[in-house]
Amino acid sequence: MTIRNLPNGISRRGVLKGASALGAASLILPAGVRPASAEPKKGGILRVGMGHGSTSDSLDPGSWDNAYSQVFATARHNNLTEIAADGSLAPEIAESWEASADAMTWTFTIRQGVTFHSGKDLTPEDVVASINYHRGEESTSAAKPIVENITDIKIDGQNVVISLNGGNADFPFIMSDYHIPIMPAVDGKIDPTSTDGCGPYVVDKFDPGVEALLTRNPNYWKSDRAHFDGIVLLPIVDAAARQNALMSGEVDVIDRVDLNTVHLLQRAPNIKILSVSGTQHYTFIMDSRADPFTDNNVRMAVKHAVNREELVEKILNGYGVVGNDHPIGRSNRFHADDLEQRTYDPDKAKFYLREAGMDSLSLTLSASEAAFGGAVDAAVLISESAAAAGITVEVSREPADGYWSNVWMQKPFVASYWGGRPTEDWMFSTAYASGAPWNESYWEHEGFNKLLVEARSELDEAKRREMYVEMQRLVRDEGSTVIPMFANYVMAHTDAVATPEQIGANWTMDGFRAIERWWFA
Amino acid sequence: MQFLITTFWIVFFVAAALCLGWLFRTMIIRLAPTNFAASMRRAPLTASFGMLVILLYIFVALFAPVLAPFGEREIVGGEFLPWSSEHLLGTDNLGRDMLTRMIYGARNTVGIALATTALAFVVGALLGLLAATVGGWLDQVLGRTVDVLMAIPALIFSLLLLTIFGTSVTTLILVIALIDSTRVFRLARSVAIGIVVMDYIEAAKLRGEGLWYLITREILPNAMAPLVAEFGLRFCFVFLAISALSFLGLGIQPPTADWGSMVRENATLITFGDITPLLPAGAIALLTVAVNFVVDWKLHEASGLKE
Amino acid sequence: MANIWRMLAQRLGLGLVTLFVISLLIFGAAELLPGDFAQAVLGQSATEETVAAIRAEYGLDRPFHTRYVDWLGSALQGDFGQSLANRKPVADMIGDRLANTLFLALYAAAIAVPLSLMLGILAALFRNSIFDRSVNALALTSISFPEFFVAYILILWLAQSGLFPSISRFSVDLPLGQKLYNTFLPALTLTLVVTAHMMRMTRAAIINLLASPYIEMARLKGMPPFRVITRHALPNALAPIINVIALNLAYLITGVVVVEVVFVYPGLGQLMVDSVAKRDIPVVQAVALIFAAAYVLLNLTADVLSTLTNPRLMHRR
Repeated sequence: MTIRNLPNGISRRGVLKGASALGAASLILPAGVRPASAEPKKGGILRVGMGHGSTSDSLDPGSWDNAYSQVFATARHNNLTEIAADGSLAPEIAESWEASADAMTWTFTIRQGVTFHSGKDLTPEDVVASINYHRGEESTSAAKPIVENITDIKIDGQNVVISLNGGNADFPFIMSDYHIPIMPAVDGKIDPTSTDGCGPYVVDKFDPGVEALLTRNPNYWKSDRAHFDGIVLLPIVDAAARQNALMSGEVDVIDRVDLNTVHLLQRAPNIKILSVSGTQHYTFIMDSRADPFTDNNVRMAVKHAVNREELVEKILNGYGVVGNDHPIGRSNRFHADDLEQRTYDPDKAKFYLREAGMDSLSLTLSASEAAFGGAVDAAVLISESAAAAGITVEVSREPADGYWSNVWMQKPFVASYWGGRPTEDWMFSTAYASGAPWNESYWEHEGFNKLLVEARSELDEAKRREMYVEMQRLVRDEGSTVIPMFANYVMAHTDAVATPEQIGANWTMDGFRAIERWWFA
Repeated sequence: MQFLITTFWIVFFVAAALCLGWLFRTMIIRLAPTNFAASMRRAPLTASFGMLVILLYIFVALFAPVLAPFGEREIVGGEFLPWSSEHLLGTDNLGRDMLTRMIYGARNTVGIALATTALAFVVGALLGLLAATVGGWLDQVLGRTVDVLMAIPALIFSLLLLTIFGTSVTTLILVIALIDSTRVFRLARSVAIGIVVMDYIEAAKLRGEGLWYLITREILPNAMAPLVAEFGLRFCFVFLAISALSFLGLGIQPPTADWGSMVRENATLITFGDITPLLPAGAIALLTVAVNFVVDWKLHEASGLKE
Repeated sequence: MANIWRMLAQRLGLGLVTLFVISLLIFGAAELLPGDFAQAVLGQSATEETVAAIRAEYGLDRPFHTRYVDWLGSALQGDFGQSLANRKPVADMIGDRLANTLFLALYAAAIAVPLSLMLGILAALFRNSIFDRSVNALALTSISFPEFFVAYILILWLAQSGLFPSISRFSVDLPLGQKLYNTFLPALTLTLVVTAHMMRMTRAAIINLLASPYIEMARLKGMPPFRVITRHALPNALAPIINVIALNLAYLITGVVVVEVVFVYPGLGQLMVDSVAKRDIPVVQAVALIFAAAYVLLNLTADVLSTLTNPRLMHRR
């Protein structure tokens, strides 16, 4: 199987043509490398303390915006495809898939014999309704932009055929998005207020902002997953409270470990820290339409005035790696390894400032804990390091409330974050493509946009790599975003909990799937 | 053993505090003009210790830039460095000198708290006394307005206001003062209402005294005690309000040092028995206790009790 | 007595007006807040098109006054509508949480009020003694610490050893003993937070009266000091004490969001803050009205009680 030959990658065939033959094997042993771990044991109630979750969480897939909703969703739902722990794409409800030569039409074969918790059999109609929920004028789903290029969905026997308005070699990845679980359809529509799904656990009780209780789905089609008998999912938003709950044994797993004190938590007996480096990165975006950021020299000056090492050390407490001003993580397929790492260089910053015809520069950097934990502190550090380069940065702490509607993409220089996307195309077309709704820096680059479209339907692996490397260089040297650090997902669990050797890096909590992948030792 | 050591330190600190109070009192009695010295002679040790602490805070606040070993926002080393001769209290989460932050914190925090409380009391007490004295529709209008404002929980109200008007220091002071003044109003009014029906007020009214005279000369002195007691507490509630706001992501703009936010930033350390967050919290507590000791003394003097 | 009844009726009427004004005020404030439900719920994923679709679906594109009048109309008929965020009836969302909030408030008040009255009286009795000073210093220290910090310290001492749970999991069907045990730490935190204020007011109000001629008189009669205070000083000092108690009770009901967050206690405060963040106006309105009603009622009780304790007020012209 080619999958194993590419350490962090996915074979072309793996994406263009998924097959159930390798599906079953690669499901529990995604990378096929876990001989050391003991066989998973069944049983026990797993109690999870999540750093998110609020009383206004809802069951509507279009509204899931925090890790609590997402982990809860993954516990009760399945998607068409799954991102395996090693970052490759694995089949889930889709048994296999195939693309047309131009990658514009995709045929997914739907697995048979899968039932919903309610007992209803899963059919291609359910798949169509589940995807359609996010499409169309009327749709209120946050996932609307990512399914926007679907022009048509048809049922063909046990197959679902999806047509796109342009070639997209990575389309099956999109079907793994947490917004698009397969839910039962009634008259061609899903009920967004129902907890019914075909996933590993059945919901007994859901009290938003308080708790969710689930028990194992006895009819779950994956016989080698879902080892716990039941799940208690608690939102514990306060970092100290979350750690206390773990240390006093009231929960077994927590996510979002407070990085300020992680070195102390590590010393606590019976506690293990899990740190996964993936695609999550923190950004400082400059509005490329607003003066002085219209001049690339100014943008370069700012990029050189940021002390990345210090940020990783002090904000992430070492739990992360420095960024190179492009959004592609080291675990991505086409990460540009040869691109020189940008470093803190006040002299270069001054040089670029002079190139822009300036002696000094005054900026206001807006930040809030809503952007990422420690964003305000990070802004303070940037303001200090930039001072040495003759750039005065005044930090403005913005209320977390309303940050995304009032500050982000509104003010000229702001902090932001991305959970990252599993593919280069997805990341670039979401946040850097011209006219994309989330192009946060309003960056317009003709060459980049042309490459992006070409690479999307390019089928030659080597050529494609070249294109993506060039795009990373363009974003790094001409883009309007400072990307100083990639943050690890840091979780902690008690000794009682066992995890597979390889943990998914695409999202927190083992790609949101800890609940079905982990077990009690 | 642990318990004995803790007890020893507590006794030690209390004794040291009283000694300092005694020294300070003796000094003042020698140096101060006679009438003040006379009143100081009657001050209990706790009160003179309180005054010493307050003066110390004022001194630190005034001369912060001279006293602080580093700049307020200057990053001087790694994060969470331990206590050493170079950094007496170590460094904070960004590698700034903790002692420096504490000293500047005195200036910012005490300044803001004082401004806010003073404003709240001037507005709240005056309106409260006015409402009680005049009565009638003015009392109703003011009373109902305050009812409406108070019926919205303080934290949520300030959250709304600060989100709408922004979080500069001025808005912060105005918003907290507005919310606090409603509490002061209610207290002032309820105390004054008991006084207004007293015979001596009736007498003053019959004498034909004006409203301003009634309020400032007759009612205020008699309502002073609970108001002063309230002042002592309101003063420290301002620190707490700022701290609670920083819990919700609002509060003072960085990199300004302030104790309330410093408690918040370092609070998680306490779960591991690390006492760093106790420094800013302790600074607030010491000031609160000191202010209230002095208030107690004044209260005692005002009550006219001779014992 | 007739005065009291008239005042009661008048104040209840005014209370309703207060509620109305608050509903308008909160609705208006929510309107002034940057962003609306559509933007808040989508957060970073908001696009113009989706925002418009959500506004249309929930009728948020209608003008301010239409929405308010609509809301008021159904609220008057007892229908507080549905939560925008999760489409549940607001009444369902609030029911349990209101009971939880009242439970915790009563629990804390049951410890704090007797404790602070007792300490206040004793401190006034033994004023300026070591006892008085240490009780004061302790109480003041405990309120100088922010609530979340008091909570962390209590957790460090009482929860990490496993004595009490640090997460107050709570549901209506637990037996009372279990409920009291699970919520002991939040109740203790709140007690520490409110005791000092009430204790000091009790002490101050009593001492304030001790120099009055009638107290002097009682003392000269040879009455023991404790009886002088409880029989003569306390009744006349009640007005300010009752007021402070009412304020603190109202605080226990409306202001404990921080404690709720730290102990993950399902009360109204958290619901309010979350709903403000999501601009879920029907929920915000309903909770604000409950808070306001609690406040108005407590205040009214305080005023009636202080009037009853002061005969002069009863016959005010």
